[in-house]
Amino acid sequence: MKLTTTLFATAALAVSTGAAISESHMAKEMTIVSWGGAYSNSQQKAYSDPYSAMTGVKIINDESSAEAVAKLRAMNEAGNVTWDVVDVVASDAIRLCDEGLAMEINADKQLAPAPDGTPASEDFGSLRVSDCFIPQIVYSTTFGYRTDMVGDTPPTKICDVFDTKKYPGKRALEKRPINNMEWALLCDGVPKDKVYDVLATPEGQERALAKLDTIKKDVIWWSAGADTPQLLADGEIVMGSTYNGRLFSLIVEQKQPVAMLWDAQVFDLDGWIIPTGLSPERQARALDFVRFATDTQRLADQAKYISYGPARKSSAPLVGKHATLGIDMAPYMPTDPKNAKNTFLYNYEFWADYRDDIDAKFQAWLAK
Amino acid sequence: MTITPVSRKPMSFVVPVVALSGAVAGLLVGTANGSAALGILIGAVVLAGLAVLFMTVLTDKRMGRWLTLAIFTLAGFFLGGLSGLVVGLLFGWFFGWLIYWLAEGRYRASLPPYTTPMQVLWHYTFRVICGAIFLFLITPILVVMPLSFNAQDFFTFTPEMLRLDPAGYSLKHYVDFFTNPDWQNAVWNSVTIAPVATLLSVGFGTLAAIGLSQPHVPFRQVIMAILISPMIVPLIISAAGMYFFYSRIGLQGTYLGVVLAHAALGIPFVIITVTATLVGFDRSLTRAAANMGANPVTTFFRVQMPLILPGVIAGGLFAFITSFDEVVVVLFVGSAGQKTLPWQMFTGLREQISPTILAVATILVVLSIMLLTTVELLRRRSERLRGLSPG
Repeated sequence: MKLTTTLFATAALAVSTGAAISESHMAKEMTIVSWGGAYSNSQQKAYSDPYSAMTGVKIINDESSAEAVAKLRAMNEAGNVTWDVVDVVASDAIRLCDEGLAMEINADKQLAPAPDGTPASEDFGSLRVSDCFIPQIVYSTTFGYRTDMVGDTPPTKICDVFDTKKYPGKRALEKRPINNMEWALLCDGVPKDKVYDVLATPEGQERALAKLDTIKKDVIWWSAGADTPQLLADGEIVMGSTYNGRLFSLIVEQKQPVAMLWDAQVFDLDGWIIPTGLSPERQARALDFVRFATDTQRLADQAKYISYGPARKSSAPLVGKHATLGIDMAPYMPTDPKNAKNTFLYNYEFWADYRDDIDAKFQAWLAK
Repeated sequence: MTITPVSRKPMSFVVPVVALSGAVAGLLVGTANGSAALGILIGAVVLAGLAVLFMTVLTDKRMGRWLTLAIFTLAGFFLGGLSGLVVGLLFGWFFGWLIYWLAEGRYRASLPPYTTPMQVLWHYTFRVICGAIFLFLITPILVVMPLSFNAQDFFTFTPEMLRLDPAGYSLKHYVDFFTNPDWQNAVWNSVTIAPVATLLSVGFGTLAAIGLSQPHVPFRQVIMAILISPMIVPLIISAAGMYFFYSRIGLQGTYLGVVLAHAALGIPFVIITVTATLVGFDRSLTRAAANMGANPVTTFFRVQMPLILPGVIAGGLFAFITSFDEVVVVLFVGSAGQKTLPWQMFTGLREQISPTILAVATILVVLSIMLLTTVELLRRRSERLRGLSPG
């Protein structure tokens, strides 16, 4: 613990310490897997570049997080794991952990404590949803709308998405049941705390699909996070759901006439896992990287480049201004009190139990 | 030249044909502006009107053509700004020409005098169909080119671009391609993998083709079928098989592994093209060479190779393109360290719809046009030197 504190106290010491720990027993090269796009850029600047500069490790980037589970299974079967650190969403981390494809991490021993000495397990708190999962960011799936296509009364409620009379035009929704089913039930009059109880019953699932049916002909279904921003920029859709960081980039960096609809945004988590089956040198390197990349300062640094909330409580006060635009990042964070008036927390256990079943129904409904 | 007598045509023929072409043009413009039906109607009416006007009142041809050009250009400019002006210019030029061409019956001039009306009709229909197919094949490639100069980060023709406003265009996606280390790594990987894989394919493929063309080799058909199977088996199956096989022997995720995998994909092309050229190869030449004291290696390089070279080069080109364009196998056999250009384009398109991909596509298209032109010019030059073709 002492060592890490010193590590960030002085830059010079950091360099020499880094050089000292990187010798002999750690690999000199590592492959980091992430999502690509603006998100990978933010990780590159906040984690990979400083880490390479400090230790001299060569970092290779692979943008395969979308198929991480399938690829890790194949690698494990072939006995040749080529990835060192993998960025996945929490639900994937849970699956990988259950299948023994990700190694368990002892947060207090293997992750850096907060600057005031609070152990990592407390600092992450309830966000550590699996023993293999090292939380990194809180992101939300929410809606963006074209300000020039909604008239004088911009949408303020999630249910405006289902109101094709007031807001005519196409909407983009993700091509999977998760989030869409919850939103549909909320707008069909189900109270927020009852949504998952209703969705657990076949009648509830039918009810959600029936609600989605009312806008089905106006929906464009997306499968990659970049789709909705492209459709919004094109003016093909009037509103669409996507990850809030993508909308931030569209609004603030690309200056498109788009605004956020934060109502009923769904929080989700993204973080690191380390695959099992690495050689001891590579595992030591991966652990060293993850310890560095998820400390309080690093997590706050990432928020300079993209509007996702850091997963540590101790990082929140350190979130500052955008690295190049110089604007305050706090108002764009999904966790900002103004944006988080009405939020929805993704229920991992529910979807772990019901995903296959509801997926099948959803796909059948889509094909109708 | 003209031996077919040309005569003026009646209005009952010219007006409907011109109206039809106007309807097609109207369909294009109308669809772009939201109402196809209205476009067809307006196009047909305007063009029919013009045809009647030109055939009755304005018989002065030069005057009529300039007038059409002016009307369409102005209409285009007022309706669609600068880009409308360009479209109007093209339409005006075309229809001004078309009306007189039909009215004066000049369309028969290049055909033999005995052709029946049906044959004339088919003659031009055939050309229109060919043109449409050509357009259908080439438009998707052409469309990406202006988009790659987009000043925004989206696959969208912005209003500025359509107005031909210089502010709507930029070279930033080209700058991104040449400065971004991800793209530069991908280019480097592609450039180092494809030629080596090609050399291996050409070497092994040519030898295999020569061996398999010997009549005394047993099980020739079976061996041939096995060697060209990578071309027939779905790529994803080969890729998955290679992945597990290469993982076991430590080749997965290495440069050598990707090169070998691509060589295996390229060999069938070389075998097929070289086997085809060997069909026309006279075996008595090798016997003659041997008779004069040349050993088999000398015979191969001095006698056989020069004669089958066109097949070898064609096969090599196919093998090179296979490796350079390939994305499925490299995704399996390679790891992030061997990320090739198609892989980078694939991930770029999925995770972030960035026009940098269009810039890369444009560069690749221009490069391939240059490459093919060079090959064609060299071929003509060598034909000329050998005296096979005049000029």
